[in-house]
Amino acid sequence: MTPEELLDAYEEMALIRRTEKAAHDLFMSGFVKGTTHLAAGHEAIAVGASAALRPDDYVFATYRGHHHAMARGATPEECLAELMSKATGLCQAKGGSMHLTKASTGMLGSYAIVGAHLPMAAGAAWSAKLRGSGQVAVAFFGDGATNIGAFHEALNLAAVWQLPALFVCENNLYMEYTPIADVTAVPNPAADRAGGYNIPGEVIDGNDVTVVHEAVSRAAERARKGDGPTLIEAQTYRHFGHSRSDPAKYRPAEEVERWLKHDPLDVARARLEAAGVPPETISERDRRAAQVVEAAVTAAKNAPEPDRELAFTDVWADGSATWRT
Amino acid sequence: MADVITYREAVAEGIAREMRRDSTVVCLGEDIGAAEGVFKTTVGLFAEFGPQRVWDTPISEQAIVGAAMGAAMTGMRPVAEIMFSDFLACCWDYLANEIPKARYMTGGQVTVPLVIRTANGGGLGFGAQHSQAVENWALTVPGLKIAAPSTPADVIGLMASAIRSDDPVVFFEHKALLASSGQRPPDGHLVELGKAAVAREGTDITVVALASTVSVALKAAEQLQGDGISVEVIDLRCLVPLDMRTVLSSVERTSHLLVVEENPYQGGWGGTVVSVVADEGFEMLDAPIKRVAGACVPLPFADALEAEVIPTVDKVTEAVRRLSAY
Ligand SMILES: Cc1ncc(C[n+]2csc(CCOP(=O)(O)OP(=O)(O)O)c2C)c(N)n1
Ligand SMILES: [Mg+2]
Repeated sequence: MTPEELLDAYEEMALIRRTEKAAHDLFMSGFVKGTTHLAAGHEAIAVGASAALRPDDYVFATYRGHHHAMARGATPEECLAELMSKATGLCQAKGGSMHLTKASTGMLGSYAIVGAHLPMAAGAAWSAKLRGSGQVAVAFFGDGATNIGAFHEALNLAAVWQLPALFVCENNLYMEYTPIADVTAVPNPAADRAGGYNIPGEVIDGNDVTVVHEAVSRAAERARKGDGPTLIEAQTYRHFGHSRSDPAKYRPAEEVERWLKHDPLDVARARLEAAGVPPETISERDRRAAQVVEAAVTAAKNAPEPDRELAFTDVWADGSATWRT
Repeated sequence: MADVITYREAVAEGIAREMRRDSTVVCLGEDIGAAEGVFKTTVGLFAEFGPQRVWDTPISEQAIVGAAMGAAMTGMRPVAEIMFSDFLACCWDYLANEIPKARYMTGGQVTVPLVIRTANGGGLGFGAQHSQAVENWALTVPGLKIAAPSTPADVIGLMASAIRSDDPVVFFEHKALLASSGQRPPDGHLVELGKAAVAREGTDITVVALASTVSVALKAAEQLQGDGISVEVIDLRCLVPLDMRTVLSSVERTSHLLVVEENPYQGGWGGTVVSVVADEGFEMLDAPIKRVAGACVPLPFADALEAEVIPTVDKVTEAVRRLSAY
């Protein structure tokens, strides 16, 4: 990444970080109902990958997907409004935190059934191949998803059909409250499985946006050349608990401390400074991100509630929900 | 002071009571051990029974239920947790094709004494993939018994029967009821599978409910009493076996039937209940049968939208008023 690209990536990560912090505060103060799965700590994966993709590539994410929606162009306001059940939300308040989607930019959804979207990404890649469009499809998923059948079925299919698909595991060491290591037969839950499907698999530092950018660029190039899928295991850590108000007491204090010292924003800032970008320029981006998120919170709070009739729209392609004559 | 227990605690208590009396009862599921369950419905089990009886699994629903089946075929009584009932879809083969058919298609050679427990239902704003009431999914498959308790005492009593049953039981624990509380039943408390409860006696109309809709029906009944309408509320407690005797004998007295169900009207369990009444009790009725059910849409996220599509007290009172004015 050039220093300019890195600076933009830094700002995007700062924007996501602050949006997640705002989502957390809004949840704790009762403005956000239901649940949230925050991606604070995972920013570099979404931003680094997105910077390596073409605007028309496809992205599929999990319920922990705010960062992917934003990295593919959703605004903090659209996301927060969705979390706050407002009519201006990304999905008209019908999806919620776990289902952020921005189809217009190829962000084809956030899925709350673990593993469900890996075969979908394979399908989108298959479609790109059939249409000869040169697009790739990327599935982002957690370490926990590597033990569900859909992960294995998708990898094998993508491999035998040589699909332009990227499988990017965000390994944050935990499923909900159980360490992935306790229930997985191999040390690297994603990358160690790649051999079984005869595709390349690599473990990378998911908290270094330049490393993610590079790995995804390579994998995307390979996919576009027709050489098939790649599995990338990006190591990272979540800054909040699994969901809602989970205090994540099951994580050892020294582990948390070690990872918080390896914050993706700090890593990017250090790289920028090493490249000679003045600290003031970087802080300016921080300020801008803070302003955008602050304005987004206000706008989302002031946005209207969804019209009750929305409950009965869009089951069908004609916009209706009619199931009988 | 009465000994009170929450619905949530009753789940763990019900399992623990059976684990104490039968060493073949073992539990498996995601985050159920040291983490004591995402809904805290397995609190204390790991501490009391240890890792040989309480097993944390990977996120592998097919392996969870498939392994439970294999263990059940070979001398154990597994209690498998599927964290949210929506995820039953991930292991549906075992519920639709394997578990319910093993005994029948082997001419009775194989028995599958297992329980699949799962957190069911909406009202918590978890959106379309974590809020569904799916008892009706299981109801489409002959060979599965189905329990869906509405009170802590019934959780314990039905859990005991489910675990002791030589037949497979799908056990629905309603998420919106987890924090509710009630009397802690005495040791040895058993509720037979397939016995409905009359949750409130009444003379004018029979309202049949299950799990979350029992409290909705009871609240509606309370309000309607002020208008001089006497509502009998039947808590089915199980869908299979289906206690139609209790329903029919109530309708015989009230001549009016309303069913309140959380799952969508389309394919909902109420359709089965009313078809039996239409078949066998038509002459008893003084009014058409009505169902208040979920709308035929996926569950929307926003609270205000969710309330539009699931049964509420207002929808039930309105339906009862219309029926009694018929
Ligand atoms: C099929 C399925 N099983 C279980 C769950 C419940 N669940 C939601 S998130 C989660 C943990 C997932 O862990 P991981 O894949 O590592 O992702 P992370 O949350 O760490 O980002 C579980 C078990 C689910 N949503 N879907
Ligand atoms: Mg994880």
